[in-house]
Amino acid sequence: MKVRTLRFLLRKEFLQILRDRTILGMLIFMPLIQLLVLANAVTFEVRSASMYVIDRDHSSASRDVVTRLTGSGRFVPAGSSATTREADDAMLERRADMILVIPANFERDLVRDRHAPVQLIFNAENGAAAGVMTSYANAILASSANEFGARINPTPVARLSSDGSLVPVPGHPSIDLQRRGWYNVELDYRQYMVPGILVVLVTIVGTLLTAMNIVREKEAGTLDQLNVTPIDRSTFIAAKLIPLWTFAMADLIMGLIVARFVFGVPMLGSLTLIFFAATIYMIGALGIGLWISTVAETQQQAMFVTFSLLMIYLLMSGLFTPIRAMPTWAQWTTQINPIAHFVALMRSVLLKGATMRDVAQHLLALTGISAAVLGIAVRKYQKRSG
Amino acid sequence: MESRRSALRAFVVKEMRHIMRDRQTLTILLLLPMVMVVLFGFALRDDINQVRVAVVDPAPDYATTALRSRFAGNPRFEIVGTARTIDGVESLFRRGGADLALVFSPGFARSLGDGTPARLLLIGDASNPNTGSAMTAYATAVIASYEAELGAVGRRVRIVPELRMRFNPTLESVNLFVPGLIALVLTLVTALMTAISLSREKERGTLEILLVSPLRPWQIILGKVVPYLLLAVANVVTALLAAWIVFHVPFRGSLTLLLVSSILYSLVGLSLGVLVAAVTSSQRAAMLAAVVGTMLPSTLLSGLIFPIASLPGWLRIVTFVVPARWFIVIARGIMLEGVGVRYLWRELAVLTVMLVVLLVAAVRRFKPRLA
Amino acid sequence: MTTAIAVKDLTRRFGSFTAVDSISFDVQSGEVFGFLGANGAGKTTAIKMLIGLLAPTSGDASVAGFDVATQAEDVRRHIGYMSQRFSLYDDLTVRENITLYGGIYGLSDDVIRDRGDSLIRELQLDDSRDERVASLPLGWKQKLAFSVAMLHEPAVVFLDEPTGGVDPITRRQFWEMIYTVAERGTTVFVTTHYLDEAEYCDRISIMVDGRIAAMGTPTEVKQKFGAATLDEVFLHLVRPAEASHAQSA
Repeated sequence: MKVRTLRFLLRKEFLQILRDRTILGMLIFMPLIQLLVLANAVTFEVRSASMYVIDRDHSSASRDVVTRLTGSGRFVPAGSSATTREADDAMLERRADMILVIPANFERDLVRDRHAPVQLIFNAENGAAAGVMTSYANAILASSANEFGARINPTPVARLSSDGSLVPVPGHPSIDLQRRGWYNVELDYRQYMVPGILVVLVTIVGTLLTAMNIVREKEAGTLDQLNVTPIDRSTFIAAKLIPLWTFAMADLIMGLIVARFVFGVPMLGSLTLIFFAATIYMIGALGIGLWISTVAETQQQAMFVTFSLLMIYLLMSGLFTPIRAMPTWAQWTTQINPIAHFVALMRSVLLKGATMRDVAQHLLALTGISAAVLGIAVRKYQKRSG
Repeated sequence: MESRRSALRAFVVKEMRHIMRDRQTLTILLLLPMVMVVLFGFALRDDINQVRVAVVDPAPDYATTALRSRFAGNPRFEIVGTARTIDGVESLFRRGGADLALVFSPGFARSLGDGTPARLLLIGDASNPNTGSAMTAYATAVIASYEAELGAVGRRVRIVPELRMRFNPTLESVNLFVPGLIALVLTLVTALMTAISLSREKERGTLEILLVSPLRPWQIILGKVVPYLLLAVANVVTALLAAWIVFHVPFRGSLTLLLVSSILYSLVGLSLGVLVAAVTSSQRAAMLAAVVGTMLPSTLLSGLIFPIASLPGWLRIVTFVVPARWFIVIARGIMLEGVGVRYLWRELAVLTVMLVVLLVAAVRRFKPRLA
Repeated sequence: MTTAIAVKDLTRRFGSFTAVDSISFDVQSGEVFGFLGANGAGKTTAIKMLIGLLAPTSGDASVAGFDVATQAEDVRRHIGYMSQRFSLYDDLTVRENITLYGGIYGLSDDVIRDRGDSLIRELQLDDSRDERVASLPLGWKQKLAFSVAMLHEPAVVFLDEPTGGVDPITRRQFWEMIYTVAERGTTVFVTTHYLDEAEYCDRISIMVDGRIAAMGTPTEVKQKFGAATLDEVFLHLVRPAEASHAQSA
């Protein structure tokens, strides 16, 4: 590689990028919009459900249950009636996500038998949401039962503590269970997603823009012109990759600033580690862009192929859904998915403060993948075809 | 009139042949829906099958051992390590090696015997809030049942919820996604492809040639649009087949209604594609606009993957103008709920209005070129 | 006089289709050689093989004394190329294009500056030196592209349809530029489908269906086919080919 030639080429590349309004727009605005819209859109957070009530008991106990549920803010009242017909309609018309049915003799059963059933009917199309709401309901029902029990049983074996849980009177075996959640204490889904979105950002800049850049020269005929000159392959590739690497890093910095100050994502770990990993990752991403440029004839094709590939990689990367929920064979594929490794690394370092040793496995995988991808792409890129 | 009709027919035939010849794109367009259905179905799942537990037991005794064996014996849990102190747990969490940590306090069994509260700390990795709380809930249930067996806390009063999960009793996420996938596939084939194809003709100048031919403008648009419409319908069928064969996604409603709705949605997509081609100045811009303006909202803001209820208020309002959002409600209604026009007329009406608006806008935009 | 371009039995196949069928010819240094043929006759394929963009299926070719197949990099250092689409960077200025190609060909900063300045002066582009190439009129772009191709003073320069789409006056000026460099000893290999330009060449060859159907000075070729203009020669050669195409279609 000749450094002097590289210098001339780099100057040309930077000039061209800075003069192309569309590309500049994509470098500056696309990441920002991605962050602001995506971070808010890609969430599975379940906040509340609209609840239709069929109360056949009309007792103070049943009313208490309903009040507790709606009072928690998680269950929004969507109407009530005595018949299931209207409740069904409400669910089918999507006015209600769930139906609560309190049978007759609810209070009587509670007093007499110390237990009584209620029916929770969910629109379970979104199974995960139904599950989350079920656990909220369970907790509220349990505290409602506890308080009821404490009231009707004046000399209890257990007494009610201030947070609604039962504190056993000494003399009976009991477990004092304390629950704690580490990382993401506010349970803000965005904090979980933003590190991953940063990866998406950087990947699009690296892969898509590299592919489009080279294909644009192909379309204009200037690529032929360059191939006829004595520039050697590695100089040419370096000249194409270095500017985009620079811009991708700049975008990463911008993204991290937004993540910190707009979304409050903690930066517990070392930023140096992040940039180190990003550099390795970028080499792979740029390599894929280079490879795409050898198979696409037009910029549209380049865009099409890039988006299709990226979509598949993103879906299978554990960015949106947990890797361990995938079938085993799919979990194996994540080993060679660079996005999966980088996302896991970002999340560990930013949210958990992971050190280099903690993420060593991911770093090694990224190095291997990037080297392989770049190698394949460079081999495929020929100045002379045929 | 006679000559116009045969001209139109010849034109449609020519367009179809054109598409057939582009084998690369054609293969992608036919295969992609099936690939997407299978991929989404396998990849986008929420249910964690195995919770990895790390145990910190400084002074093991019969009670801690018993409780630990509850977890070990439960197929939902997997004990990934034990330690004497909590420090080892931290690095395990950071490496992503464990989801939960059970931290017993010394003298656990003694406390149980004394009747003083035996302390147990349950630490969950809450970086993913949903799975974090789910896994903690599972563990709490195991602990609670052990506690109950100890002949525990008096005769507690209990309210017992009986759960019924309608429309998706198995709670499989794939049932949620497949109806939405049809929308995505249709958007791809209609809006995206039309935008690209039309803008390519515009750039090459062949559109001008068409416009001075004896064909009326609406006939030109129709001719360009019919092949993609047929392709779209074919895609709906293949996507449904893939979903049914591979994942056994239910289909409880009327197939006719779904096809009719798909055609309606496809027409909306096609009008969008025409409009995008009309307002952009180059192929590159058209593709970018089509992806950002149609594909992305159809994926992210339609309720396909991410529930609309999860979105912040302002984004929820934005979703009202995303056609896919309405179609997904229709598709889910037909496939999972088995309902008909009676409950879906509102969504169908919205799509129809969108179609009219877009068509008018598209035709208006093309008029100046034709005059 | 040395042989600048030597071609022997050069062939290129794409699957079952033979684009260039065993052509042979020599070009002496300092010659202006016109490489003619109908569209699709194989001209562009042949030229791509000579400049190292396409590998030959079989046969030999050497340019500026270097073998095209095995010494491609040496060939590239000694040739200049101007493609059909003029191949300057539209979004760079005149001066930036000159600097870029000068640097790529290893010219020192001083040489780049001096040659660049005189080039700009000769083309009367002094006022436009810092304007983007996209804003130049077509004729100027084309002359500039040629000058940039000659910047490193190559032994052989390849011009692929260099005068497409410009007015006759500009074409005439372009050919004067070609004569100037030829007089200085540069070999010019030019393809064109303007048959009046063919008359300006020292020697020409006409390709039909991948083979060379005629070669020699314009006068020799006209005499051989008993025609008054090269137009007639061309029609005579190309029509039967087209007829046979139509038959087999």
